[in-house]
Amino acid sequence: MNNKLLTYLLTNKLLLILFVFLCCITSACFLRNGSSASTDAIAGEIDYNYHIRPILSDRCFQCHGPDANKREANLRLDTEEAAYAGLKDNPKFHAIVPGKPHESAVWLRIVTKDTADIMPPLNSNLKLTEQEITLIEKWIKQGAKYKPHWAFTAPQKTQLPKVNDTDWPQSPIDYFTLAKMEENGLKPNEEADKERLLKRVCLDITGLPPSLELQERFLNDPSPNAYEKVVNELLTSPHYGEKMAISWLDVARYADSHGYQDDGLRTMWPWRDWVIHAFNKNYSYSKFLTWQLAGDIIVKNQKGNLQNPRMKEAVLATGFNRNHKITQEGGVIDEEYRVEYVTDRTNTFGKTFLALTYECAKCHDHKYDPIKQKDYYSAFAFFNQVPEKGLFGTIDASFADPPNLKLTSKDVKRILNFINKRDTADVSVMVMQDADTLRKTHVLSRGNYDQPSELVEAQMPNFLLPFNQKKYSKNRLGLAQWLTDEKNPLTARVFVNRIWQEFFGRGIVKTVGDFGMQGELPSHPQLLDWLAVDFRTNHWNIKRLVKQIVMSATYKQSAAITKEHLAKDPENVLLARAPRMRLSAELVRDFVLTTSGLLSPVIGGPSVKPYQPKGLWEVATSGRGSLKSYIQDHGDSLYRRGMYVFIKRTVPPPSMLIFDASNRDQCEVKRSRTNTPLQALVMLNDLVILESARVLAEKIALENSSNEDKIKKAFRTVLCRNGKEKELTIFEKYFTSEKEVFSQNPQKALKLLKVGEKPSLLASAKTQDKTNLRPTAAALMQSVLMMYNLEEAIMK
Amino acid sequence: MGKMAAGIGGLALGSLLVPDLFRGSADDAEGLPLGIAHFAPKAKRVIYLFQNGAPSQYESFEYKPLLNKMAGQELPDSIRMGQRLTGMTASQAKFPLVGSYFKFAQYGQSGMWMSELFPNIANIADDICMIKTMHTEAINHDPALTFMQTGAQQGNRPSMGAWVSYGLGSENKNLPAFSVLLSRGKGNGQGVYSKLWSNGFLDSTHQGVVFSSGEDPILYLNNPANSDRASHRKMLDHLAELNNMAYDDFGDPEIKAKVQQYEMAYRMQTAVPELTDLSKEPDYIVKMYGPECLVPGTFAANCLLARKLSEAGVRFVQLYHQGWDQHGNLVGEMPMQAMDTDRASAALITDLKQRGLLDETLVIWGGEFGRTNYVQGTASKDNYGRDHHPRAYCTFMAGGGVKPGTVYGETDDFGYNIVKDPVHINDFHATVMHLMGINHEKLTYKHLGRRYRLTDLAGKVLPGLMA
Repeated sequence: MNNKLLTYLLTNKLLLILFVFLCCITSACFLRNGSSASTDAIAGEIDYNYHIRPILSDRCFQCHGPDANKREANLRLDTEEAAYAGLKDNPKFHAIVPGKPHESAVWLRIVTKDTADIMPPLNSNLKLTEQEITLIEKWIKQGAKYKPHWAFTAPQKTQLPKVNDTDWPQSPIDYFTLAKMEENGLKPNEEADKERLLKRVCLDITGLPPSLELQERFLNDPSPNAYEKVVNELLTSPHYGEKMAISWLDVARYADSHGYQDDGLRTMWPWRDWVIHAFNKNYSYSKFLTWQLAGDIIVKNQKGNLQNPRMKEAVLATGFNRNHKITQEGGVIDEEYRVEYVTDRTNTFGKTFLALTYECAKCHDHKYDPIKQKDYYSAFAFFNQVPEKGLFGTIDASFADPPNLKLTSKDVKRILNFINKRDTADVSVMVMQDADTLRKTHVLSRGNYDQPSELVEAQMPNFLLPFNQKKYSKNRLGLAQWLTDEKNPLTARVFVNRIWQEFFGRGIVKTVGDFGMQGELPSHPQLLDWLAVDFRTNHWNIKRLVKQIVMSATYKQSAAITKEHLAKDPENVLLARAPRMRLSAELVRDFVLTTSGLLSPVIGGPSVKPYQPKGLWEVATSGRGSLKSYIQDHGDSLYRRGMYVFIKRTVPPPSMLIFDASNRDQCEVKRSRTNTPLQALVMLNDLVILESARVLAEKIALENSSNEDKIKKAFRTVLCRNGKEKELTIFEKYFTSEKEVFSQNPQKALKLLKVGEKPSLLASAKTQDKTNLRPTAAALMQSVLMMYNLEEAIMK
Repeated sequence: MGKMAAGIGGLALGSLLVPDLFRGSADDAEGLPLGIAHFAPKAKRVIYLFQNGAPSQYESFEYKPLLNKMAGQELPDSIRMGQRLTGMTASQAKFPLVGSYFKFAQYGQSGMWMSELFPNIANIADDICMIKTMHTEAINHDPALTFMQTGAQQGNRPSMGAWVSYGLGSENKNLPAFSVLLSRGKGNGQGVYSKLWSNGFLDSTHQGVVFSSGEDPILYLNNPANSDRASHRKMLDHLAELNNMAYDDFGDPEIKAKVQQYEMAYRMQTAVPELTDLSKEPDYIVKMYGPECLVPGTFAANCLLARKLSEAGVRFVQLYHQGWDQHGNLVGEMPMQAMDTDRASAALITDLKQRGLLDETLVIWGGEFGRTNYVQGTASKDNYGRDHHPRAYCTFMAGGGVKPGTVYGETDDFGYNIVKDPVHINDFHATVMHLMGINHEKLTYKHLGRRYRLTDLAGKVLPGLMA
């Protein structure tokens, strides 16, 4: 009981602190008045977008917003004219009378003590705080001015803000971040030390930790552009494309199985190879998205011959829209699932390119954003033209349901050499195609496939950018043109924001998947717009954007956290320090494989099945299809990067899920980053980690060096920095005591050295000089395992 | 209650972390103190025995003698009323009715009808509340299962167990609040999918943790090459020392949290094997659950394990037993499926009762939809199959505040349509949450701008189900 009470109080108190804190941030971020007290917002000018709209949207729009069917009292508060107009049931009164809160029904209804009248109503389980009520009162007093939603007007590049510490900025980005820090009385951290900076930038650009050779080279390069040289080198590494692809695969819900109950094999991996290729070739984002949305239409318009591998590449890119789950359940109703696939494409489109929750408008008008149900089906119409079936066949009928693209060895040899096809068999990939005759698209009542109502045409809503039919063709290619139009308010912002999230752990708009009314406001609105416009006007150049970010002083700061940071900015919104972040699931695996030297650096190809605890597929399968049991690979396939681990949707790789990877069921733009005991168990006991520790330990044990040197080298290889004396002493102590144990119990050492399938020189050794090394190697293996389990190891 | 005291104070696996105060937005919790029920709960824990594939109600708990009388006759249109059909039977020209091959009799004081396939459950008729009128919109396995487990057909939403873990936390700090056990029967199976026990948009610490019958009861629990506890302890102590040094340099609270996670992992390494070791169970228990309960991975073993987990304070234990999809050969497969589940299901309820735990533990038994009263394909002299039927099916509950010895709801004489007291999945969820002390309308989580809850926009608590 005491514990419960304590938790309760703790929760509330901390919530309170958090609330006050958030108020500080909000006011500090958007009012340029230098100090950060929460009362500032109340004292100063109230801004609709930053102060009022979040409150109205969250607490009022559900019943008094854009959804006409669910509108209570025929009142909407999301537009100025409706809110100012006379009330429908009593035209003498107005919801809002600018300047006069005491005559405004809105204000009177939120402050009333009458529980029958109070807004939001009691049964909504929603409330307004005192602070929020005060803000609304003040806003009405100041004239209740509405403003268009920030995300729905095109971004403008502003002047760089003025800063006091003019020595600090190294890139335009830094002016924006520093100005915010200075407003809030924060100073940027020192630059990170060279070792940690190198580890960070390597992991961020290629997903792989730096080799000892690179560490050595960088540390000993005193030239002022030493860092830039490394950055340039990393950007030309083929592993750059792999790293960039990982988050795109989440967005595109890429997987190696069809999903749903039988969950048979599919062969979409050539599309995945294309994504890596596109990043490595630095295709502009406009080309990247246009090909994925409409590569087939481009080829058709050019009267391109699909036998031409060059044409095939653009068609292959459209696999993006066929990565959704596909059912193979015998009894399903064909049309129900066909509609489901089009729905998935529409939702994915909305989230990926526009960061809008389009899916909310599938069954009714959107509750918060001005997306009508009709708008939803107008977008749906673009993706509704595929000559496909809801159920093409039951399990293993096909690895690539039509329409599909056949890739031959000849294609791969001549042009598509980025596809890592391992054998001579043709491989088919699902791609997009529009049927010759237009399929009519209807609004589906309540989203039900069998309740078509009003007929709609392919369209995008005017509040974003009118879909001018003279300018854009009425198909997916037109949609891509509309997205890349310089007047489109969202495309560049959304992408830049997601890239920012890759490097800083959180977007400038934290809700990377929701730029709508309910999304969070940008922490640095001007920076976001500056980056967006800069990105677009520089030909959507992705590598340039990445370089811009990693060359900034903001990025290069140390990640040390002071008490002041925790007090003023625990979430690191203001970026007065570099974020400390745990590596994503795939990169944890890459990290141990790289540092141990086990990594097979092969790029692309069919996904691999490395070690996995026994029985997981078998216990969950329906018993049908080629994926009913897990047949583990051997040899180099055991040591491929995490992104190539086979994803069977119904049973995704367990260690990946434990580290928060996506199950690839649906489009995902952000992963959570948790810290759990199950992760500790993976790091301590997963075979790939034990084997990596063993392989690195053996390699170092066989070197002609002192034990101290062996530990130093292992430490530097794993942690990517030289160990401090105190740290090394602990490891030496541990190593010595473990070696003692293994000397007394050679069988124990032998058992450790036999971990994993990579042959062990020492376990199989016959000569005494080698067998004598076993206790050393085993003790070193335990030490390396301990290094892998240091908190710092899988952090950047 | 006394039994649980040792574990109280723990929150969910997730809540044991350094509280996630500065990472989530203030909206996430909406001022509701998580880890505390909204009102006094009847049930503290749930054990859900999910019968995956949809067991036929007509051969189990729904006695419809009219179907035997009218066997071979066409399902009247006045009864079907335009119900859509799955692709399996959509092209069938005829829909001949078929009655149960198995005999029914009445049991307990309430005179509950049960088929001869479930003699043990029949014996505890007075302990259970039989719902005859569950209904759903889904007609295929994947969406129907997903609906039952997450309140929505599409996937990507949190499972019931995840919601409960999020809302109430765990009673045992060494075990995950939401545990999952899998087994397969001999009948036609339809697979299970990890999205069924997914945390959805909730923190992944609320994800169901699968206990497996394989080498490790929990994945990665043990080091395959080194089982020496002293050696593990030594490593952990050094790790803590080194990590604390890093904390001095970086001041990141995550470092401290990680040290705690390693400690919890270490405790799990002792707690979990002790709990999952069924070899020391007394004879009377083995007799009650049946000898299969000593074979890891069987439904019986999972029932026994579920009782142990629940007794140790695991908030939500979710079982899945596959093999109930009898499109054909129902007469052959149904007895095997019943044999696998009848005895252990009844034993679990009896066992909990004998331990004084049934009052605070809610046991649920049922599938994702029902089966048709007509034959799929054609019936032979003594065999037939049934297709999917979403409009009415049976599920029963016991303990945890439900009304024992009652039948809830009624269907027509064809068993096809509900005539009294329907229980939609959303209502079912609302009622289960209510029994757990949770107001289903108030346990929400804001994700992508919208407040989600298990019951989404519907669901009402059904007092008729509760004692």
